[in-house]
Amino acid sequence: MGYDPENPMQGRITDIGPPHYEQYFPPVIKENYGKWKYHEITQPGVLKHVSETGAECYTARIACARLISIELIRDYCKVADDHCEGFLRWTTRNNVEFMVDSEAKLQPLLDDLAKHGMMPVGGTGAGLTNVVHTQGWVHCHTPATDASGVVKAVMDELFDYFTSMTLPAQVRIALACCLNMCGAVHCSDIAILGVHRKPPLIDNDVISAVCELPLAVASCPLGAIKPAKGINTKGEEVKSVTVKEERCMFCGNCYTMCPAMPLADPEGDGIAILVGGKISNRISGPKFSKMVIPFLPNTPPRWPETVDAVKNILEVYAKDANKYERLGDWAERIGWEKFFEKCNIPFSDKCIDDYRLAYDTWRTTTQFKYTSHIK
Amino acid sequence: MPKHDTPLLDQLESGPWPSFVTDLKRQAETKDECWDILGQLELSYKDKVTHWKHGGIVGVFGYGGGIIGRYSDVPDKFPGVAHFHTVRLNQPSSKFYSTDILLRICEMWERRGSGMTNFHGSTGDMVLLGTSTPQLEEIFWEATHDLKMDLGGSGGNLRTPSCCIGKARCEWSCYDTQAACYDITMTYQDELHRPAFPYKFKTKFSGCPNDCVAAGVRSDFSVIGNWRDDIRIDQAEVQEYIKGNSPPNAGAHAGRDWGAFDIQKEVIDLCPTNCMTMAGNDLKIDNSECTRCMHCINVMPKALRPGTDTGACILIGAKAPILDGAQMSTMIFPFVKMVPGEGDPPEGGFEDYKELLEKTWDWWMEEGKNRERIGESIQRIGLPTFLQIMEVEPIPQHVQEPRSNPYVFWKSEEVPGGFERDVKAYRARHAM
Ligand code: HEM
Ligand code: SF4
Ligand code: SF4
Ligand code: SF4
Ligand code: SF4
Repeated sequence: MGYDPENPMQGRITDIGPPHYEQYFPPVIKENYGKWKYHEITQPGVLKHVSETGAECYTARIACARLISIELIRDYCKVADDHCEGFLRWTTRNNVEFMVDSEAKLQPLLDDLAKHGMMPVGGTGAGLTNVVHTQGWVHCHTPATDASGVVKAVMDELFDYFTSMTLPAQVRIALACCLNMCGAVHCSDIAILGVHRKPPLIDNDVISAVCELPLAVASCPLGAIKPAKGINTKGEEVKSVTVKEERCMFCGNCYTMCPAMPLADPEGDGIAILVGGKISNRISGPKFSKMVIPFLPNTPPRWPETVDAVKNILEVYAKDANKYERLGDWAERIGWEKFFEKCNIPFSDKCIDDYRLAYDTWRTTTQFKYTSHIK
Repeated sequence: MPKHDTPLLDQLESGPWPSFVTDLKRQAETKDECWDILGQLELSYKDKVTHWKHGGIVGVFGYGGGIIGRYSDVPDKFPGVAHFHTVRLNQPSSKFYSTDILLRICEMWERRGSGMTNFHGSTGDMVLLGTSTPQLEEIFWEATHDLKMDLGGSGGNLRTPSCCIGKARCEWSCYDTQAACYDITMTYQDELHRPAFPYKFKTKFSGCPNDCVAAGVRSDFSVIGNWRDDIRIDQAEVQEYIKGNSPPNAGAHAGRDWGAFDIQKEVIDLCPTNCMTMAGNDLKIDNSECTRCMHCINVMPKALRPGTDTGACILIGAKAPILDGAQMSTMIFPFVKMVPGEGDPPEGGFEDYKELLEKTWDWWMEEGKNRERIGESIQRIGLPTFLQIMEVEPIPQHVQEPRSNPYVFWKSEEVPGGFERDVKAYRARHAM
């Protein structure tokens, strides 16, 4: 029996929730649950966990593009069937992990991963791991840039940092293709963020049909949208809105609420770079990423300006920071004026906060460094 | 045979990082609609804008979320993606799978969808990309009956909870994150499937302050493992690090020559509270000063371990920028015991957590405005008022530092005699 459209309620099952996690544990995980004693990274991309019982679990971590086909998932399954007793897992950062219970089983696993071509091993320790990212032009209606393409371009260039552990600390790059930030990139070492720069269009031909105007008006955090009469292409007067353009900060919330107010534009849209955020509480508390480059153009298919900017920041940090120092901690230690100087990034008034609570980020001390910015 | 030319996307086939373009092309050999994904994406690469319409409302009967409507704005050119809805399937805790279940999901998605997925969505669900409206009930039927899986959340509801790998393969987990994630997801199925909140609400479970699942900055109700006794020290293992026999930070820095390990420089001097010293050969920690930042434990995992009186710290209110700017969660409950329940579905577990969660919801469902995240609701009413509502005694741990402005909202009942005063009596004493 399957679904019967004539009888939709017949045999219906709801609210069963996710399957219980334990049935998907490899035996070594199940047997040593809660008994792990310590771990070691034996080579880039390989973790060794040792249990109080003496049992060992070797994990090989590989990059996954997140946007993946069922054919590729089947390839992953083949590896897991051949080497890992039919189990595998994903990490919170879109990596795939294959686990074996002895060192002897590790090398054959690594060999098979290497043979495949789309399963690079890495993403551990003081290196670069996979990029948390969003949907982009592949599947969303509000993006200011693509997601998968930018990630591919950036990671092709920075690939050696994924397969090695030469950085001062781990570096987390994340990408969100609009300010909705489905990837929640606001606390990343390096955040790549799609931004709009033109106020919404107003489509008077459809606005009264497709929008609840009061909701559109209320959607604007800055009160830039007001009810107004508009003229449609037939020359008729219709209920509509106006946007006070000088007030708009291009957040796109109006478009989320009202399909007749699109912002996207080939010249207007592009990428901002924010840096210095972190999530963990290690040494310093979590930090927001800060905007250092307000705009780079959308240049598909390989976004060279964005790739160069990210690579430059990463490499200046890698050379200059102390062991264990996260990118944001480094920038704070040397001072943001030094950050801009060392990275050779022009400072811009766009990097000075003028939104709510902005004052918190303005400098109110005589303590600063003389950099080339002071003429 | 390619259905569309994709000269721009083709340039993303080279390079060492796995190529989604190569992957899509391979899938297109059996799933024709993948050509149209590629075709439409190529058009976006040419036009530098998206070609997806504002999503329509679609779903399965009785659920208010879990399916996101999506339509192409160039359906004539790319009929294979004219309707291209997303199905969110609730992932198992910390995303372990058997190949058996994955292959069955793949088989279903081959018949009923595009063959493309996101593993995973940033909230945590398995995201199946691309199907049409008539398939939705069929997919839901197969998911619940054959795969024993359910939809994840979307809309103004409890979003799919997620957790770090925790006790399954990490020595630092201060509570059972996977059990918590499963229990809470099972207990609040109604809140997950039938949006009744002002806006989305996320809860995430990390086992320790390293916060691998980004609970503290990416969820409204952030549960981060913690302990309140002493860091466990194995002095013999400390010596192994000092002698250079154990790799610092579990070998995380092995790719560069940072010189010999120096416990003073790399651990003691970097401790944010300066609460560590060497007394002869022994490492001493003044645990009453320690803020449990994890640094020393991360550097010497064989020698140091979190304490054994463990639970979680609960922080509330993180969100991405829309509307009022990004927020991190604010520490509200310093220490909550996280005791798992028994059985499946679990019973009697995580009661302290659930009580706090429900109390928070009760208030927010009353007072939260439409499309206002709870962090914004708390900002609007102020932290002191929120603490009062939650019946939490204010403590210095709730703030980074005390306020520096003098604008205190005293209440009438807090001031002797209250706010009722007689202006005539005042004037009798003070002429204008
Ligand atoms: C309109 C098209 C949108 C699409 C296609 C989209 C897609 C997604 C997807 C697939 C996820 C992961 C879901 C999961 O794992 O269960 C997600 C998460 C998220 N969405 Fe969206 N979303 C959209 C709109 C929005 C809007 C309007 C907002 C904010 C106002 C938003 C904020 C977020 C955030 C912050 C996350 C990440 C949550 C986390 O990491 O825990 N999204 N989105
Ligand atoms: S970040 Fe914005 S554009 Fe990107 S998927 Fe989310 S809502 Fe869509
Ligand atoms: S983009 Fe944001 S600021 Fe601009 S009008 Fe729309 S809602 Fe207002
Ligand atoms: S958050 Fe802590 S307990 Fe959880 S996986 Fe990360 S380090 Fe381990
Ligand atoms: S956990 Fe952090 S604060 Fe505590 S002793 Fe270790 S380094 Fe110091």
